[in-house]
Amino acid sequence: MAGKERETLVTLISSMLIMGSYSLYVYYTYLSKDWELINDFKFWGTAFLVLIPVTIGAQIGIHIIFAIITKIVTNEDMDTRSDERDKLIELKSIRISHWIFTAGFLLAMTSQAMGMQPWVMFVTLTASGFLAAFISDSAKIYFYRRGF
Amino acid sequence: MAKKIKLPDFSLHNNIRTLRFHAHEMTQQELADRTGVSRQTIVAIENGKYFPTLELAFRIAHVFNTKLDDVFTVSLEK
Repeated sequence: MAGKERETLVTLISSMLIMGSYSLYVYYTYLSKDWELINDFKFWGTAFLVLIPVTIGAQIGIHIIFAIITKIVTNEDMDTRSDERDKLIELKSIRISHWIFTAGFLLAMTSQAMGMQPWVMFVTLTASGFLAAFISDSAKIYFYRRGF
Repeated sequence: MAKKIKLPDFSLHNNIRTLRFHAHEMTQQELADRTGVSRQTIVAIENGKYFPTLELAFRIAHVFNTKLDDVFTVSLEK
């Protein structure tokens, strides 16, 4: 497995771990104690705002650890260069993630138009954001394997 | 309404492996370094999985001090 593929795989696994552990943390710390919070806009706003720096910080930490492990095991420096093929693959995967998130956004808005509870919209938005990132990274690995 | 023109099908081939052999068995990594791309990109090009931009194609030809036609060839499919 080439360097970029490994890096994408690490991003994929770490985003699953971060999202999973953050969701569990939020559920057990807040929602399990007060279920009424599920329709509270302030709760969702805070949860989203905290998730962003947590994800960025955790991803940076995980990638630093990954770079150190790669150096120790393979004695290779991580290639931070991005050539034309990398950019093409990046563009293709971003396009896929945009489509998925747009579909999720429309679904979330539809839920509100149909008079569903606010939590349905927030859960749909969170799930579509996660799904977009997951499929985008999976597609990236597929494109690297295929050639472009 | 504009008439739809049928474009001819063609396939691209490359002689990078042969050219590397004649360049004192130049490694893929060396070619990658000299053209400013990753080794994986050179591997993908060599295996015909990825077609480079015109700029990279010219860079590859320049490394081997040859013409573009000697690196990449096109065959029309009937």
